Amino acid sequence: MERRIGVYICHCGTNISGTVDVEKVTEFARGLDSVVVARDYKYMCSDPGQNLIKEDIKEHGLNRVVVASCSPRMHEPTFRRACQDAGLNQYLFEMANIREHCSWVHEDRAMATEKARALVSAAVRRVYYHEPLETKEVPVNPSVLVVGGGIAGIQAALEVADSEHRVYLVEKEPSIGGHMAQFDKTFPTLDCAACILTPKMTSVGQHPYIQLMTYSEVEDVSGYVGNFKVKIRKKARYIDEGKCTGCGRCQELCPVSVPSEFDCGLGKRKAIYIPSPYAVPNKAVIDPEKCSHLKGLAGGKDVCRLCQTGIEKKGIPGCEADAIDFSQNDEMVEIEVGNIIVATGFQQFDPSVIYQYGYGRYDNVITGLQFERISNASGPTGGEILTADGRRPESIAILHCVGSRDVNYHRYCSRVCCMYSLKYSHLLREKIPEAPVYQMYIDMRCAGSGYEEFYERLQEEGVNFIRGRAGEITNIAETPEEEGKLIVICEDTLIRRKRRIPVDMVILSCALEPRADADQIARIFSLSRKADGFFLEKHPKLDPVATMTDGVFVVGCCQSPKDIPDTVAQASAAASRALAMISKGRVEVEAATAVVDEEHCAGCKICVDLCPYKAISFDEEKKVSRINEAVCKGCGVCVAACPSGAITGRHFTTEQIMAEIEGVLV
Amino acid sequence: MKYYTYFPGCSSSEGGAKAYGWSARAISKVLDIELIELDDWNCCGSTPYSSIDELVSFCLSARNLALAEKRGLDLVTPCSSCYVSLNRTNSYLKEYPDIKARVDEALAAGDLEYHGTVRVRHLLDVLVNDIGYGEISSKVKRSLSGLKIAPYYGCQVVRPSPGFDHPEFPQSLDKLIACLGGEPVPFPLKSRCCGGSLIISEEALALDLIRKLLDCALSNGAECLVTVCPLCQTNLDVYQSRVNKRFKTSFNLPILFFTQLMGVAFGLGDEELGLKTCIVPAEEALAKYL
Repeated sequence: MERRIGVYICHCGTNISGTVDVEKVTEFARGLDSVVVARDYKYMCSDPGQNLIKEDIKEHGLNRVVVASCSPRMHEPTFRRACQDAGLNQYLFEMANIREHCSWVHEDRAMATEKARALVSAAVRRVYYHEPLETKEVPVNPSVLVVGGGIAGIQAALEVADSEHRVYLVEKEPSIGGHMAQFDKTFPTLDCAACILTPKMTSVGQHPYIQLMTYSEVEDVSGYVGNFKVKIRKKARYIDEGKCTGCGRCQELCPVSVPSEFDCGLGKRKAIYIPSPYAVPNKAVIDPEKCSHLKGLAGGKDVCRLCQTGIEKKGIPGCEADAIDFSQNDEMVEIEVGNIIVATGFQQFDPSVIYQYGYGRYDNVITGLQFERISNASGPTGGEILTADGRRPESIAILHCVGSRDVNYHRYCSRVCCMYSLKYSHLLREKIPEAPVYQMYIDMRCAGSGYEEFYERLQEEGVNFIRGRAGEITNIAETPEEEGKLIVICEDTLIRRKRRIPVDMVILSCALEPRADADQIARIFSLSRKADGFFLEKHPKLDPVATMTDGVFVVGCCQSPKDIPDTVAQASAAASRALAMISKGRVEVEAATAVVDEEHCAGCKICVDLCPYKAISFDEEKKVSRINEAVCKGCGVCVAACPSGAITGRHFTTEQIMAEIEGVLV
Repeated sequence: MKYYTYFPGCSSSEGGAKAYGWSARAISKVLDIELIELDDWNCCGSTPYSSIDELVSFCLSARNLALAEKRGLDLVTPCSSCYVSLNRTNSYLKEYPDIKARVDEALAAGDLEYHGTVRVRHLLDVLVNDIGYGEISSKVKRSLSGLKIAPYYGCQVVRPSPGFDHPEFPQSLDKLIACLGGEPVPFPLKSRCCGGSLIISEEALALDLIRKLLDCALSNGAECLVTVCPLCQTNLDVYQSRVNKRFKTSFNLPILFFTQLMGVAFGLGDEELGLKTCIVPAEEALAKYL
C-alpha cells in the first residue's frame, strides 16, 4: 500500500521556534520520501492544531502521521486521539521530540535546526513501517491495596472502603498510625494529633471493607493495572490476634526491657509489647530478637515464658486468653487487587552525621521526633519537658534545617520543619514560660492556611528568632554563665555578629528523607525515584499522585516531604483515582505487545524465565513459547533475549527501529 | 618502595620546623617511601602572600606544580599551608580560565608550562591511605600504649573539601595514633585554627585561640599533642609560655609532629627525630617509650 505521510512541526509558542528554524524543518520534511503534506503551526496540541491533522487525513488521504513537538509523555495521547477521530489507527502515528530533546537543551540555532531535521527524518522513516494495532480492554478488579498505615494510608483506605470496595491495608509495624501517632500537637491549630488521628485509626480497625494486615510486608507484585497479584508476608507475631484482648498483662510480666521505637529510644518497652496506648490493632507482639524464650529456643533451651505462665509463686497468672503462640511462623498471603496506593512515608534524617551538632554525644541534643515524645502526655516523661538528667530546662534552642537545605546532606527544603519548630516553641512557652526559647533559622517558610498567622503569634509569644544557621553545639564553656550548658554557636546575620547562646536543651529540626528501604519498595512496585530519592510522580503538576506504572499511586511523604493537610489531600486524590477506575470497570491494556513466531521458536524457554510479567507460557505439545497479550507490557526483554529472533515486539520491530536509526544518521 | 615528589616547604627544610623534615624522612625510610625533593622549588605562595597579591601567589605555586609535573609523581608536602596553597592553585587553574591564562604567561617567561595533572597530597594522607594503618603498625617497635595523645589536625589539612578526611570530624590521625598503640583522646577542637600567622599581627587574638586548644587537650587528659602542620606546632609550642604569662595558666604540654611520634614508636633515635628542638620538653612525657 502506498504510504501517504503528513508531518506537522510545532512552534510551541517560542519554546521550539526560539531555537529551531521551524520553517526550514518543515521545508525539509516536505522533501522526504512519501511525505504528502508538511506544515508548521504555533500550537499543534491546540484544537485548531489537531484539526489540521484531522482535515489533512481526510483531504489528502493520509495513512501515516508525524508530529514533531514535545515529549510524547505529554501529548502522544492527544495526537493519537486526533488520528483516531479522523479514522486513522492511532498506532500509525509517530512523535518526534524536538523540544525536550532539542530546543530546550541547545543554544546554537543552526545546530539545533540540524538536529530537529534528523529527528523528523527518523520519525518519518519509522512511521513508514508502522502497522495498525488494536488496544484491548480488561476488567478492573475492584479491590485496592494500600501500602503503609500512616495518615496517608489510613485516609486513602477509608475513602476507598467507604464506597464499599475492599481495601487491603498493609503496614510493616505492629500498629497503624505512622509518624503522626507519635506527634504531640499539630500545627497551626494545635489540636492534639492523637485526638484527630485515633478516631480514624479505630475506623480502619473496625471497617467491614478494610482488611488490616499489620506487621506485614509486600514482597512481590505481578500483573498489571486492574489485575495485580500481590504476595504479602505476615510476619510471625507470636500472638493469636483472634484471642489477644490487648489487656497488657503480658508486658507487665515480661522481664526484658529495651528502648522503645515509638518513644524514639527515650522510653522503654518490653520484649512482648503493645506498641502504644492507642495501637490498632490493640494486640501484643513479641520481638523475636529480644524475647529470652524465642532466643533460648534457637539454642535448644526452654527458658522464661513468664508472659504465658505467669508467676505461680506469687499467684500471678499469665495470659488468660491463651493468646501467646511461640510456634507461629511467617505466613505468605496472596491477594488480587486492581489498584495499589503506596503510602510508605519518610524517615527522620539521622543528625549524628553532623558531627558539630553533637547528636549522640550530648544527651540534651535531641531530634524533633524525640521532642514530640517528651512533650506528649503518653510519652516517657508524661508530657513534662525535662532534660536527660531530669531537670526543667532553663533555656532551649531549636535549630532549623538540620540535614535540609544543605549541600552536604539534602538540598531540598523539608517544608514542615519551620512550622513544627514554631509548634515546639509554642509548647515550650506554654509549659515552661520562664525559659527563653531561641530558634535559629535560615528563612521562615510558613506558607499554608493559617501558617503565617501562627508565626506572628509566636513572635508575640516572645520567642527569640535568630536568622542564621547554627554552626556548632559545644559544651566547652568560655564564661562562667556557660558552665554546664550546651552552647549554640551561630551567626546572627541580622545584627552581623557571631553569638554564643548557652542553653539546656537543643532540638534539631531534622529533615524528612526517603526511607532506607525506598529502593526495595521502588523495585517491588516498579516505581522510579527522583534525584532526592523520593518516589517520582507521573507529572509534578498535572498528575501528582499517579506514577509511570499504571494503577500504582504514590501519596504522602514517600513522594516528597509534606504536611498533614497536603498528605490527606493526596491520599484522597489517589483514592478517587482508584475509585474512578473501579467505577469504569475496565481498563485499556498495551497493544504494543510481543508476539512469538512459532515457526522460528526453538523452544529454548529462555524468554519464559526472563519475562518480568510472567506473560510467557510454554506449549509443551508444540514445544513453543506463547505470550499472553493481556499480561504482556511490551517491555521487550524477550525480544532482545530470543536467540532465534523469533519474538517480535509490536510497534518496536527491527524494521521500525533500523529505519529510525537510519533517519537520524542519513 | 613507593616514590613521591617531595615539597618540604620553607619551615620543614631550613625553617623552624626542621625536626618535621628530619622525622618525615626518617619514618619514610622505615616505611619504604622514597621522598624525592622537588628540584629548585620555591615558596608555595602561602596564605599571607595570597591575601596581598593573589595572582603572584598563584604564579609561585604554579611554578612548583609545573616543575613537579615533569616527574609525574604525586607531590607530597608535610606542611598544611603548602598543601592548601598548592591545591588551591590547582583548582583555580582548572576553574578560572582567565587566571590560568595569566599564570601560563608567567610560567612561559620561565620556559615552563603546566597542564593541571599534578596531585597535591599531604604526608598524612599518603601515610594512612597509600601505606595504610596495617603496614604502619607492623613497623612499631615500641608501642605507645598508655600514652594519651591529642590529635590536632588544624584548620587547613582537612579543608580543601572534599579532601581525604572529614572537615569537621577528621579521623585519620586518631586512627594513626591508635595503630601506634597510643590513645587518641577526644579532642573537640581538633580542626580549629591555631591562630596561624595572626600570631604576628594580632597576637592577643591568636594567643586566646592557642589557649583554648591547650585547655581543651589538657581537660581531655592529653599528655602530649601531635600536629600535622609546622605553623600549628610553632604556635602551640613556642607561644605556650606567652599564653601562660598572659592568662596566668601553667600549661606544659609537649607539642610533637606526628612524624616524630611515629619515629618514637618505630624505635628511632632522637638524632633522627629532633625531639630536642621542642621548646616545651617532650622527654618526660615520652620517657617510657624512648
